[in-house]
Amino acid sequence: MSDATMKPRTGFSWRRIDMAAVAPFVALAVLLIAGIFVNENFLTVNNLVNVATRAAFTAIIGVGATFVISAGGLDLSVGSMTAFVASLMIMFLNTGIISDPLTMLFAGVAVALLLGAACGLGNGLIITVGRIEPFIATLGTMGVLRGLTTYLSQGGSITLQNEDIENLYHPVYFGDLLGIPVPIIFIALTAIVGAFVLYRTPYGRHVVAVGSSEDVARYSGIAVGRVRTITYMIQGLCVGIAVLLYVPRLSASNATTGLLWELQAITAVVVGGTALRGGVGRIWGTVCGALILEIVGNIMLLSNFISEYLIGAVQGAIIIVAMLVQRSLMRRT
Amino acid sequence: MSVSENGATPLLEGRHLSKSFGPVEVLSDVSVSLSAGEVHAIVGENGAGKSTLMKILAGHLQPTRGTIVLDGKEVAFSGPVDAERHGIVLVHQEILLAPHLTVAQNIFMGRELKLAGISVNDREMNRVAAEAVHALGADIPPTTVIARLSIAKRQLVQIARALHVPHRVAIFDEPTASLTPFETEAVLNVIRDLKARGKAVLYISHRLNEVAAISDRVTVLRDGKHITTRNTAELKPVEMARLMVGRDVSHLYPDRPPKPESAPILEVSGFDVPGFASNASFAVRAGEILGFAGLIGAGRTELMEGVVGLRPHRGEVRFKGEPVVFHSVRDSMRRGIVYLSEDRKGKGLLLTRDLPTNLTLAALSHFVRGPVLDRRKEEAALSHAIGEFDIRAGRHDMLAGQLSGGNQQKLLLAKMMLLEPEIIVIDEPTRGIDIGTKQQIYKFIAELAGRGKAIIVISSEMQELIGISHRILVMHHGRIVGEVSGEAMTEDEIVVYATGVKTAGTVAEMAGAT
Repeated sequence: MSDATMKPRTGFSWRRIDMAAVAPFVALAVLLIAGIFVNENFLTVNNLVNVATRAAFTAIIGVGATFVISAGGLDLSVGSMTAFVASLMIMFLNTGIISDPLTMLFAGVAVALLLGAACGLGNGLIITVGRIEPFIATLGTMGVLRGLTTYLSQGGSITLQNEDIENLYHPVYFGDLLGIPVPIIFIALTAIVGAFVLYRTPYGRHVVAVGSSEDVARYSGIAVGRVRTITYMIQGLCVGIAVLLYVPRLSASNATTGLLWELQAITAVVVGGTALRGGVGRIWGTVCGALILEIVGNIMLLSNFISEYLIGAVQGAIIIVAMLVQRSLMRRT
Repeated sequence: MSVSENGATPLLEGRHLSKSFGPVEVLSDVSVSLSAGEVHAIVGENGAGKSTLMKILAGHLQPTRGTIVLDGKEVAFSGPVDAERHGIVLVHQEILLAPHLTVAQNIFMGRELKLAGISVNDREMNRVAAEAVHALGADIPPTTVIARLSIAKRQLVQIARALHVPHRVAIFDEPTASLTPFETEAVLNVIRDLKARGKAVLYISHRLNEVAAISDRVTVLRDGKHITTRNTAELKPVEMARLMVGRDVSHLYPDRPPKPESAPILEVSGFDVPGFASNASFAVRAGEILGFAGLIGAGRTELMEGVVGLRPHRGEVRFKGEPVVFHSVRDSMRRGIVYLSEDRKGKGLLLTRDLPTNLTLAALSHFVRGPVLDRRKEEAALSHAIGEFDIRAGRHDMLAGQLSGGNQQKLLLAKMMLLEPEIIVIDEPTRGIDIGTKQQIYKFIAELAGRGKAIIVISSEMQELIGISHRILVMHHGRIVGEVSGEAMTEDEIVVYATGVKTAGTVAEMAGAT
């Protein structure tokens, strides 16, 4: 066979577009257009930047969830983990063991990231070494971490007390860099790194292989347990990154911090086109899903037809609709 | 073709049946007839349209053109239940049973007997199920959970389930595809019994010896077209094969590479895989093709999975004379031992992923530049593999699940060859593969052995083991009970070992006695 015939066909064809991959972006575009009709203030740079900023938590945690779900797992503990890691980070900053506020803040950042990764490692080991279903294992840690947070805060809230650190830390959520709000930069960096790892590295390939078929992965010599455990560590690390944005925002945490964030993160992942049964991961779809969730909330807030108190109900409905759409668009084999 | 061989009006006829899926016509203008008390075999390669024809006759598919005639009257089945109501039952090739339910629960699934119309009548169902299974010559307690049965017994339960419906026509879609000869005989006896009771049987298989043994007439399909219908007695299996493939297949097996005399590359001794194999000892040389024969459930797969580290095991393994311990399959891969699972779809390939991803999965570390996957190199490797192993793929971004069984096997072989192994274990290398591709796979195996690879082939098809192996070990109930080589490699000799009638021990005793 000649070289020319051996090459894969790379020509563009409408029929080969994977609808499941495109759908979330189409939905986002439709929502943006719909928003214009709801309120003339919707399609302003200011409003959209605000929406994107608020989507940061869901998007960043969602990037981690994309890894977990692509590998065929599930992590329900991310909301509780956010509360727990945020509480411990604030308590650490309050100890004042380092006098220089900037150094102290960097130490706090390290604590949050390490703690997040450690919580993820715990989840991963319970699931892989303990051989417990991810749903049950993380349901358990969700309760444990939530309970520990309530205990640490004694039912109240934990507040950042060092004003120097607070002032120093404030811009990380409220500031901007070259006119772009810092949280949006956080989203972009997390997603870029996540996409690189998932799409471009052997580890990412292993994640998708494990999610497609654990048996095939095992028979191909892939260390399935290690791959899965690391996905939970990545999820924990992403929770840590989200905490870095959460703490300067309110300078406090309490027992309701991160409540139902697992629902939002998983919804963003599913809306973004990642298959809940594993094997397909779409990082940018997840980011898009997080934006969709936030825009739906924003439209509800700006419109007069639906009460904003129904946001939770609408988000819950979105995940169900997204699953139905995903199933009908899935590339059949 | 309205009158069959014996002159009687046929019971069931398909007239000029065609079936298209989208633009693809998988069956075109095929006519077939079936009389009471007749076994009519349909043979053809994979993709010849056999299963489509069966599904149309059993109401699973509607023909695009053509008609079905039952008792001389035209009928149209709305679905399989409608066909069953007309007395036509289909025994599927795959096992379609609920693994966690009992034999009786499966036989009666969807048509449970009730007490007072409310609660299920387990006692009666168990009694009837026991009778039904017994009638097939099997002795399976009706309360046994399906998951605990061997594949052969599951197939019998499935047959019992199908035949439980009052029927006049029974259609068997490759019922023996995953059975060993001994188990196959049980199924063939069921069919002989049906025939004796005046039922009409349509029998699909690509095992031509079975077809020759059991059928009265045989119809050959190729590429969805009717090639011929003849009395079986007038058609030798070799001729059938030629008609199926459309060319000469007398050279199915390649020339065996010379038998090596070197020291063994892999020695296994006193090896146990708890629950499956015990005290197994064997050795294989570089350049040798070693066959493993035995009935399904004899522990061949589990033994080899234990040897390569996929299952918990005890015992000694020496690689090139040096003792080695394989904690996981990664350890054995690193030494250059690969295992190609019999379960290509479940354990071999990621069916929902594209071809390069599948090809490089086991050897991914060879395809990186720094921390990044080198996709160009993956594409190049695929192009190379497609050329080397003649993988018929329309496009590189096809999904592995879209390949035919034979091409999947070639892709799996190519995938494992990227690890540059010295020992290749292939489990059921040609299961579900058409005869043309089989020939190619045998050629690859012989070439690899010729290049100095040690090859271990596990197969339930004794003919193929005899055709390609230098010697054959036979397993029975988790033990290696015999070894045959040279002139002694015959089906009869293997069967007596595989069924436990004879073991190497008894041979020695007999030799001592004389």
